[in-house]
Amino acid sequence: MALLEVRNLGISFGGLRAVDSLDMTIDQGQLYGLIGPNGAGKTTVFNLLTGVYRPTEGIITLDGQNLVGKKTVEINKAGIARTFQNIRLFKNMSVMDNVKIGLHNHFKYNLFTGILRLPGYRKVEKSMDERAMELLKVFDLDKEAGNMAANLPYGKQRKLEIARALATEPKLLLLDEPAAGMNPNETEELMKTIQFVREKFKMTILLIEHDMKLVSGICEEVTVLNFGTVLAQGKTGDVLNDPRVVKAYLGE
Amino acid sequence: MDLVINIVEQLINGLRTGSIYALIALGYTMVYGIAKMINFAHGDIIMVGAYSLYVFYGILGLPAAVAVILSIIVCAVLGVVIEKVAYKPLRNAQPLAVLITAIGVSFLLQNLALLIFKATPIPFGSIIRVPSVQIAGIHISGITIVTLVVTTISMILLTLFINKTKAGRAMRAVSEDKGAAELMGISVNGTISLTFAIGSALAAVAGLLFICQYESLQPTLGALPGIKAFVAAVLGGIGSVPGAMLGGIVLGIIESLSKAYISTQLSDAIVFGVLVVVLLVKPSGLLGKIRIEKV
Amino acid sequence: MIAVKKYQKLLINIGIAVVIYVLVMLAIQFGWVGRQLLSMIVPVCTNVMMAVSLCLIVGFLGELTLGHAAFMSVGAYSGALVSMNLPLPGWLSLAVGLVVGGVVAALAGVIIGVPVLRLRGDYLAIVTLGFGEIIKSVFNTLGITGGASGLSGIPLMTSYRNFTLVFILTLIVVVVVSNLVKSRQGRAICAIRDNYIAAEAAGIKVSKYKVMAFVISAFFAGVAGVVYAHNISILKPGNFDYNTSIEILVMVVLGGMGSIRGSIIAAVILTLLPELLRGVADYRMLVYSIVLIVMMLFNNSKFKEKLMARRQAAKVSKEA
Repeated sequence: MALLEVRNLGISFGGLRAVDSLDMTIDQGQLYGLIGPNGAGKTTVFNLLTGVYRPTEGIITLDGQNLVGKKTVEINKAGIARTFQNIRLFKNMSVMDNVKIGLHNHFKYNLFTGILRLPGYRKVEKSMDERAMELLKVFDLDKEAGNMAANLPYGKQRKLEIARALATEPKLLLLDEPAAGMNPNETEELMKTIQFVREKFKMTILLIEHDMKLVSGICEEVTVLNFGTVLAQGKTGDVLNDPRVVKAYLGE
Repeated sequence: MDLVINIVEQLINGLRTGSIYALIALGYTMVYGIAKMINFAHGDIIMVGAYSLYVFYGILGLPAAVAVILSIIVCAVLGVVIEKVAYKPLRNAQPLAVLITAIGVSFLLQNLALLIFKATPIPFGSIIRVPSVQIAGIHISGITIVTLVVTTISMILLTLFINKTKAGRAMRAVSEDKGAAELMGISVNGTISLTFAIGSALAAVAGLLFICQYESLQPTLGALPGIKAFVAAVLGGIGSVPGAMLGGIVLGIIESLSKAYISTQLSDAIVFGVLVVVLLVKPSGLLGKIRIEKV
Repeated sequence: MIAVKKYQKLLINIGIAVVIYVLVMLAIQFGWVGRQLLSMIVPVCTNVMMAVSLCLIVGFLGELTLGHAAFMSVGAYSGALVSMNLPLPGWLSLAVGLVVGGVVAALAGVIIGVPVLRLRGDYLAIVTLGFGEIIKSVFNTLGITGGASGLSGIPLMTSYRNFTLVFILTLIVVVVVSNLVKSRQGRAICAIRDNYIAAEAAGIKVSKYKVMAFVISAFFAGVAGVVYAHNISILKPGNFDYNTSIEILVMVVLGGMGSIRGSIIAAVILTLLPELLRGVADYRMLVYSIVLIVMMLFNNSKFKEKLMARRQAAKVSKEA
C-alpha cells in the first residue's frame, strides 16, 4: 500500500526550476533512495515534503492525507520526521533532552503543572525519560545521555539526529545524507542501524545518499534526479545499471 | 501661503537632520554589510569627533580646517583600533557576543569622555560662518546650507568610491562572500579596516555638523543620533548603501514634521513606530535584500 | 541514588534562601549595616527579578531584547495607579496592583510578540529598543502618569521594612523561571534557541513558545516594576530608559547567559558594587564596560578553549 504519494511536484525559485514534475510512490515499509548529482534538487524535495518550501504545483499525500500548504510542524504531526544534511542538533542541550524534544507532542502536561511541579510533572517526565532511554539504547547512545550533544563525535551526532526524529513517532522517516562524512566502517555500521530501525519500528524510510554502496546495499527502489527532473526510477539494481544514470554520474 | 512656507521650511529642516542621520547610517550599513555586525559604538564616534574638534579648535586654537581634518583622522583611526581590539577576535563568535561587546565599547567611550570632560555640557561656538539666505520667503540658515552641501558631497564621493575604485570593488566582494574574496587575493582584514575607517570618518563629519548645530558638548551626545541613524539604516534596509541614505532622509523628515505638527515629545515614538510598521510589512527594510537561511 | 542527589540539591537551595533571608532580617533588625546599604536591599531584589526574567528571553530563548525596562515601566505605572486609586485596604490594593502590573506588562509582551515572530537577531533587538523608547515617550505625554514630572505619592509598601514580602516575591520569580526551564515548555524554548529549524521539524510550535517566553518574562518584569514603584514612591519615565535595559542585560551576560544562578549573583553584585565602591563611583561605569568587553573576548578566546579542554581531560582521567 502506498504511504507517500507525490504527483507532478514542482517548484521554481525565480526563473530556476529546482524540481520539475516529480512523481514518486513509496510503499509502507519500503526503504527508498533518492539519488542524483550535486544540485539535482534532492534536498529541495525533502524541503517540499516537510513544508519548508511550498510547491509551485503538485500533490503530496501521506496515508491519503494532503500535505501541500501545511506547515512544518503540522507535517511532523501528520507523520514525517527528518534529519538534516548539515547536522542540526540542539547543541547546548543534553543528548537525553534532544530526544525528549522529539517526544514533546506525545507526552504532555500543561504549563502550570510544570511550573508548580505538580504530581503530573514527575510522572510524565519519568515516562519521557524511560522512552528516551529506550530510543538511545537502540543507537547505543544510552551511556551518553547526560552529555551535551555538541560534545558527541560526528558519527554519534548523526545517530542522535535519527533517534530524535524517531521520537516524534513518524510514519515516514527522511534521512538526508546520513553517511556523509563517515568512513567505510561507520557507513557499514550505519547501514545495519538503518535496517534495524526499519525492522524494529516497522518504519518506511526515504533517504538521500551519495554513497552508492549504501544505496545499492539497502534501498529496494530509487529515484534518480538530475537538474530537478526524474532521470530514472525503479528497482535499485536496474536503475543503477541504466546507462543514462551512469552518464549523469560519470559524465561522457 | 504661510502654511506652505512653513511646511517647506520644516521639510528643509528635516532634510538637514536627515542627511546627518544618513551620514551616520552609512557607517552602520557599511560595517553591517561587511562584518555582519551592528557596531553599537558607532554613535559614540560622533561624540569623539565632536570633542576632538573642541580640543583642536577650542582649546589648542588650531585653524578650523586643520582641526576638522585632524578630528576626522582621529575618528577613522579610532574606528580601526576598535575593530582590531574588540571585534576582530569575535569574528566567528555568535552575533549576541559581538553585539554585547559593541555595547561595551560604546559605554567605554562614553565613560572615558565623562571622566575627561565631565558631565556638564560644554558650550561650543559653531565654526561655520555662512550667512543664511532667503529664497521666495523661505528662510534657510547657513548651517543648513553647509550641512546639505557637505553631506551631498560625502555621499557622492562614497558612491563613486564603492563603485569605481579597486578598493570599493574589494569591499563589495567581501560583503558578498568573505571566503571567496579571500581566495581571489583580496585582503579581508585590510578591507574590513578600511570600512571601519570610512564609516568612522563619516560619523566624524556628522559629529562636526551636529555640534555646529547644537553648539553644546556632552559625553552622551552621540547616543540618540546614533540610535536614530541606526533606525534609519534598518529602515532603509541594513547593508544597503542607497538604503541608508534614503532611510536617513525619510527619518529626518518624519521627525521634523511630527515635531512641528504633532508633538515634540511624541516625535521619537512616531519615528520608532514607523520603523516597527515598516519592518513588520517588509522585514528587510525599504531597499534591503532578504536573506533566507538554507535548510 | 540519583533521587537522593536531586533532593539534596533542593535542600541546599532552600538552605541558601533561608540563610540569606535570616541574615538580611537580622541586619535590618539590629542595624548591622548603614542606611545606604539598607536602601539597596529592595533594588537588589527587583534587579534579581529583572535579570532572571530577562534570562528567560536572552539565555534560554536566545533572542536579544533591548527593551526589558519598558516592561518594568508598564508594570510599575499600572501597578502604582491601581494601588493608589483602589478604595481597598493598603495590602489588598498592593496585591491587586502586583497582579495588574504583571498582567498589563504581559499584555505588552503579547504586543511585542508580534514582531518577535517576524524578526530575529539584530532586527529584533532594534525593534525592542524602539518599543522601549515609544513606551517612554508615551508615559512622558500621558496626563494620568504625571508626564515628565513623574507620578508621585505612591504608598511605600515594599521598602526594606517589608523585606519578607519582597523576598517572597523574588523567590517566586526565581523558582518559577527555574522550574519552567526544566519543564517540557522550557525545553521547547531552549530547543528554539539552539536550532529553530530542527525544532520545527521535530514538531515544536516555534511561534507559540517564543510568545510564551516573552509573555512570562514581561509578566515578571512587570511585577518587579510594581515592587520598584512601591519602594521609591515616585516614578519618572527616565528611570526606565535604554540604559536600564542594558544594565539588566549586562547582568544576564555576566551571569553566563542561560544560568539563572549566575544572573542572580551578577544582579546582586552589580547592584551593590557602586555602593561598596563609593570612593571610585566615577569609574564604576568605566569598569563595567571594560569587564563586559573582556568577558566577551575571554569567552570566545582560544585561551578559554584550552582551559576547558584541560579541565575536561582532568575530569576524564579522574573518572578513569
